[in-house]
Amino acid sequence: MSGHADTYQPVGPVSKWLDKRLPIGRMMHNQFVDFPTPKNLNYMWTFGGILMFCLIVQIVTGIVLAMHYVAAESMAFDSVQHIKRNVNYGWLIQPLHAVGASMFFVAVYLHIFRGLYYGSYKAPREVLWILGVFIFLAMMATAFLGYTLPWGQMSFWGVTVITNLFSAIPFVGESIVTWLWGGYSVTGVTLNRFFSLHYLLPFVIFGLVILHVWALHVAGQNNPTGVEPRSASETVPMSPYAVLKDVFALVVFVILFAWFVFFAPDYLGHADNYIPADPLVTPAHIVPEWYFLPFYAILRAVPDKLGGVILMFAAIAVLLFIPWLDTSRVRSTKFRPIYKWFFWLWAFSAVALGYLGAMPAEGAYVTWARIFTFIYFAHFLLVMPIVGVIETPKNLPRSISEAVLRRDSGSGVGFGDAVPASPEKR
Amino acid sequence: MAGPVFLGIGTLATLWPFVDQMNPDATAVALASTEVDLSPIETGQAITVMWRGKPVFVRNRTEEEVQQARDTDVSDLPDPATDASRVKEEHSNWLVMVGICTHLGCIPKGQKLGDVKGEFGGWFCPCHGSHYDTSGRIRKGPAPTNLAVPDYEFLADDRIKIG
Repeated sequence: MSGHADTYQPVGPVSKWLDKRLPIGRMMHNQFVDFPTPKNLNYMWTFGGILMFCLIVQIVTGIVLAMHYVAAESMAFDSVQHIKRNVNYGWLIQPLHAVGASMFFVAVYLHIFRGLYYGSYKAPREVLWILGVFIFLAMMATAFLGYTLPWGQMSFWGVTVITNLFSAIPFVGESIVTWLWGGYSVTGVTLNRFFSLHYLLPFVIFGLVILHVWALHVAGQNNPTGVEPRSASETVPMSPYAVLKDVFALVVFVILFAWFVFFAPDYLGHADNYIPADPLVTPAHIVPEWYFLPFYAILRAVPDKLGGVILMFAAIAVLLFIPWLDTSRVRSTKFRPIYKWFFWLWAFSAVALGYLGAMPAEGAYVTWARIFTFIYFAHFLLVMPIVGVIETPKNLPRSISEAVLRRDSGSGVGFGDAVPASPEKR
Repeated sequence: MAGPVFLGIGTLATLWPFVDQMNPDATAVALASTEVDLSPIETGQAITVMWRGKPVFVRNRTEEEVQQARDTDVSDLPDPATDASRVKEEHSNWLVMVGICTHLGCIPKGQKLGDVKGEFGGWFCPCHGSHYDTSGRIRKGPAPTNLAVPDYEFLADDRIKIG
């Protein structure tokens, strides 16, 4: 896909002069204007652009907030309230950053879901997928570090619980935790270093995103059929076709984003974080932000400390291996009559784990968390390798054009059937 | 051979300060020991004191609580320890422990009279459901070990020094 004809024509003397020295205009034109995109992409393919928007929003609002925030034990909590109440437009910028984190995860979960459903991790896109998993990990680290900064009760106890995960490591665990804390408990020293790292990681994410986009532009985009475009007639230039579609989806996404910012800025947070951090009182229920709940449920489903920690990290690490765990010769779940059912069972389990993560760790909740944890892992470790071998996929369309023109339900081909087309549906 | 070794040692020596700067600084290390006056704590009461930024539970146990702790069959425990090994002789009613759940670091409930004390009458961690008995030993739940007993000594019958 990256081998398409170079149609860039520098206009004017400055462009021509620059093109001979640093052909950045040529690169941008070939990669983001004239880049061939499959003509059958549905709205699930708009989340890449939306995620880029989210990252920029977080970086811009974050830099501004850092001008007013004080990362000191005695002042952190008050300085966040100061931003919300006294700083000019702080009432807007602080929720943009806080809600923005949640919206970032809404988009990334849909983006990952898209990749899983349409088999976008399969050859030749393995590196692209793995880079995506690293971006997801870096996002989780950044979000966790950022959540400590308001220094409320949930911030403090969230840090305590999550940093203590490392104490499960045999022999060196306690030393690692002391090293992370910079003391013998979570203190302002911990807060200060977390602020430093919270500022660093978004730029690491930015670097990873550049690699992710680079890998995407080498392999080209997957599409709902999972069949590679055969000819130029099966693709359209990225601009204006894909760009306009991305912009429309972004506008819909921003409406939802704005609704939270203006009408329910605290809805996605936890009320206990309006209580200043108190090292002597643990809140009755420590719950992480909603986007960590499935992983938190997996942690608590295991009655053993080290086992729970290992399983929680494994829930993400297993994603790194799915390009090789999935043995199917077709990409798109649309053409996989057996796997389809398992896929939706897995999706349901992931959501159910999210619900259970918010519930107390006792009784039937734990039992169900164990069942869904089993399904979560069995999907990757058993279903993907086994079903891929025993299943007979439906007939693939010979080409994207055929799939677009035929559109009969027998082959299950069409824009966005079986998946929600608009970003606000979850 | 000499070249890579020289380079390797030099690199590690250069990196170490940047790693070690994150360890507890001199003020954290130098935090003095804490002395606690036990005289105001009636039988059945408990107080929480701070030591090295951590809460320490000091409980004046009742006769029944001590008896209950002693009568427990040690071999059945996830982290076997006798009650005698967790208290000082002559002062076996006093239980002094770091009040941090050994699972993921929450503060267990059970210090206040109205608190939930768990199924074994000691402490209960609300975060992930660990139950501790009247000797602070883990009995049920995800915590791997008993509540830690810090180094402490009795300076007098009604005064201890922790650390």
